[in-house]
Formats: sequence, C-alpha cells, structure tokens
Amino acid sequence: MRAGKHNLRAQVRALTDHAATVLAVFATLVVVTPLVAIFIYLIYKGASSLNLAFFTQIPKPPGEVGGGMANAIVGSGVLLGIASLIGVPIGIGGGIFLAEFGRGTKLANAVRFTADVLNGVPSIVMGLAIYSLVVYQQKHFSAFSGGLALGIMMIPTITRTTEEMLLMVPHAVREAALGLGVPNWRSVLSITLKTASPGIITGCMLAFARVAGETAPLMFTAFGNSNWSMNPNEAIAALPLQIYVYAISPYDEWHRMAWAGALVLIVLIVLAVSLVRYVTSRGVLKGAS
Amino acid sequence: MGVGIEVTNLNAWYGSNHTLQDINLNIPANHATALIGPSGCGKSTFVRCLNRMHETNPIARVTGSVRIGDLDIYTDAKPVEIRRRVGMVFQRPNPFPTMSIYDNVASGLTLNGFNNRRALDEIVEKSLKNSALWDEVKDDLKKKSGASLSGGQQQRLCIARALAVDPEVLLMDEPASALDPVSTSKIEDLIFQLKTQYTIVIVTHNMQQAARVAEKTGFFLNGRMVEFDSTHKIFTNPSDKRTEDYITGRFG
Repeated sequence: MRAGKHNLRAQVRALTDHAATVLAVFATLVVVTPLVAIFIYLIYKGASSLNLAFFTQIPKPPGEVGGGMANAIVGSGVLLGIASLIGVPIGIGGGIFLAEFGRGTKLANAVRFTADVLNGVPSIVMGLAIYSLVVYQQKHFSAFSGGLALGIMMIPTITRTTEEMLLMVPHAVREAALGLGVPNWRSVLSITLKTASPGIITGCMLAFARVAGETAPLMFTAFGNSNWSMNPNEAIAALPLQIYVYAISPYDEWHRMAWAGALVLIVLIVLAVSLVRYVTSRGVLKGAS
Repeated sequence: MGVGIEVTNLNAWYGSNHTLQDINLNIPANHATALIGPSGCGKSTFVRCLNRMHETNPIARVTGSVRIGDLDIYTDAKPVEIRRRVGMVFQRPNPFPTMSIYDNVASGLTLNGFNNRRALDEIVEKSLKNSALWDEVKDDLKKKSGASLSGGQQQRLCIARALAVDPEVLLMDEPASALDPVSTSKIEDLIFQLKTQYTIVIVTHNMQQAARVAEKTGFFLNGRMVEFDSTHKIFTNPSDKRTEDYITGRFG
C-alpha cells in the first residue's frame, strides 16, 4: 500500500519533469524560429543579388543594371564609429557613476530615470531632435549628426547594463582592493570595471547592434548619399537608409538590392559583434570566471 | 618588522548600533594575538577599525584612538596609507578573478603605481614563498587565474598579496573558517612562521586555533572586551566568569 503510493508519486514526478523539459525545448524553438526564418528568407531573397560589384560600386541610376552599396556599407561603418565614440564612453561613465560614486544620491536617481526615459524615446523623435539641434543650425545634413543621434540612443542601454554589471561584482573583491591601500577611484577603474567587463561589453554590443539597423534617426541627419563620402561633415549613405529607399522604390532590380542589403547588414552586425567578442576574450586566463 | 598596536577608548557604530564600546588594549609587536567571542560580539568590527576598513561603510562611525607603532592612524595619515601598512586577509578568499596569480600578488604594488618589473618579480617570488604557495604555483604564475586555485590555495594567495606590500601588521578575519582541515593547518603553520616578522591579529571562532597559534587572546562579548591576557591564562584560568563560560562551551 505504502510502496504503491510512493511509486505513483515517483511517476507523477517523472512526468512533471518530462513536461517541464518539453515546455522548455518548445519555448526555445519559439524564440529561435523567427530568427532562423528571417535569416533563411533573407538569403533566399538577397543572396542571388550579391556579387563583387555590390561591395565595390556605388548605386547606379534606376534602369541601369548593376551597381552596389559600397558607399552605404562604408557609410554605416563611419556612422557607427561616430556613434560608438559618443555612446560607449558616456554610457559606461554614466554606469560607473550610478553604481560606484552616486549610489543612493538624488542625482543618481535622476540620471537613472533619465536613462530609462531616453531608452523609451521613439527613434524618429531622436532624429527630429538632432535635426533641430544640429542639422537645422548648421544648415546641412552630416554624418556627424547621424552618428550623434545613434550615439545618444546607445547611451541608456550601455549605462544601465554597466550599472547592473558593476553591482554584480562581489563586495569581497572591492574590499580586497581597498584593504591593499588602493584608492577607491583606482579600485573602481582597475578592479571592479575589469571584473565586470564581459557583461559591459555585451551591453555595448547590444546597443551597437540595435542602432546599426536604425533608419528613422538617420533620415533627417545623415540623410543618405548616392555618391562616395566619408566626410563626417557631409551627408552620408547608410545601409538601413539605402535599404529603405530601395525597398519603397517601384523597380524590381532595386527590390532585389534591398534584400541583399538587408542580408549584408545582418551579417556585418553578427561579424562585428563576434569580432569584438573574440578580441576581448583573448588574454583571458585559465579558470577566470 | 612588526610594530605594536595601542588601542585607547575605541568606540564604533553601524548606524545607531553601538558595536564596539570602550575598547582598550595593547597588542604586542611580532606576536600573534587571537580575538575570540560569539558571532556578532564585535571582534570583526574591531579588526576593521585597525586598518580603517570599518569606515568604508557609509553608515559606520568610529571614535577613540589607535596607535600603530608611532602613528595615530585616525589623525596622522590617510586611510589608504594605513591600509598599506596594515594588511588584511578576509574570511572568504577574495583573489581578483580577472588577474593571474602573479598579478594578484603584485596588485597592491602595481595598483599604486609601482612598475619596476625586476623588483616585482622578486617581491612576488618572496611573497609566495612566505605564504608557502610558491612550489604549488611557480609554473603557472602568469598562465592561471587566481580564481582557478583551490580555496586553501586562494587564501594563501591572498596572504601573499597582503605580504607583498610589506606591511607591519597583518589582520586576519577568520582566515580559515571557509577552508577544509588540511588547508586550515597550512594556514596555521604559516601564521607560526609569519609572526616572527609581522604583528598578527587573528579573529577566530575556533578556540583550538586560538590556543595553537596565539600568545595573547582577547575575549569579546556584546561589543566589549571582557578579558585580554596570555592565551594560556585565558584557556586554563580565566579571571572573568563570562570568559570561563564561553571557553567551557556554556554559551556561544
């Protein structure tokens, strides 16, 4: 009687265990499927339009066959470079302030609140804001203004991840540094920040990947350019802009180019993120957590 | 060489909690002094007052005076200077996880701007030998992370790190409480060797440990120091009834 009861309970447990596993696998599939589907569809639609010219030539006028998006690829690189130069240091600096120096102060609460609000600002609004603050004042579109818009959009994500990652560094590690007579600022920069760096780098990469595909903030700032330009003070082409323009055009050839552009954009983002991960993971010692 | 510590009317608070009350004692140079007492009696707070780590907590406060050698640590110097002269080993081993074994030992110097490679090599080797870890790690100094060592090795690494800055006093806050018996006995052997060169103050829950390593023992209870005497006297013939009760296991 007793044994039978135990047996039943064990069976119920085993069944629950199986059910939980099945649910977890199912949830994983639900998450991964759209990503894989989009990628396959992009390859299906875009891969046939990829050739050397796509990466080396600038766009041709409608009706002419050929041409490429070389200027947009480079332009996106320039924009993201400017954006990272602005967003990464300010974002990390803000996170350090929130976690280490301003903890519990009113200013820190204000900064945290502002970062959260900034994170929720629609990207088109960001574009308009930079348009009126920079482009309108300067009377011309520029790569700099586009990079600025993207850079500001990177800040809140980086600030909040930096803060959270720094707070996860064990108190014991900070005490170890202070106990050695290391000044607090030095301990924050050389010990706490370094210990948290894998998470902070992930945050930067998330922010980077997010703004790399942004179109709206660039429409009134970088504007796009069908010629070569790497000058930060001039309008510059960008992959998302080019994809947008081509995708809403009436030409079949341009539609195919838009698909190819989207494929290239995704692959480049994945490559950039992987490269940063690879570079920053080198030199990590055996057994380091 | 170690120096003596003279504590006068030391009081400490965490917020409104008066954790140390009127502590007076003289800790002799180049000896090991053990502090025993039940959890929450203030012995950890006391050692944290000896290198001004107590005040790193924003709600903490201290009054009274602590002289280490000829220096009044609360009036004559900045906390960072004090902490270089008074090394500390914590309850849980806390090596810097991103640093190699070598960099961990050198960190107290490099983080304060000392960069002479050849001198560092010598100091690291000497410190690791002094902490009885050298033979176990000498081939992996720069290859392995400090966090990859076993718990006992990590604690000896932390001792080496504290010794590398050449302190006069070494504070140990329950240094063996997170370790297995073999590692514990290695740490105790180490304390035996180190006390010839440094003044050691060790907080411990383990009364046998206090009896084994320390010449002097202080008994703390409810934020006060009940009795301070030679270890032998404390464990065989304490003057205070409360000490006797604690030693014989009637409470705590």
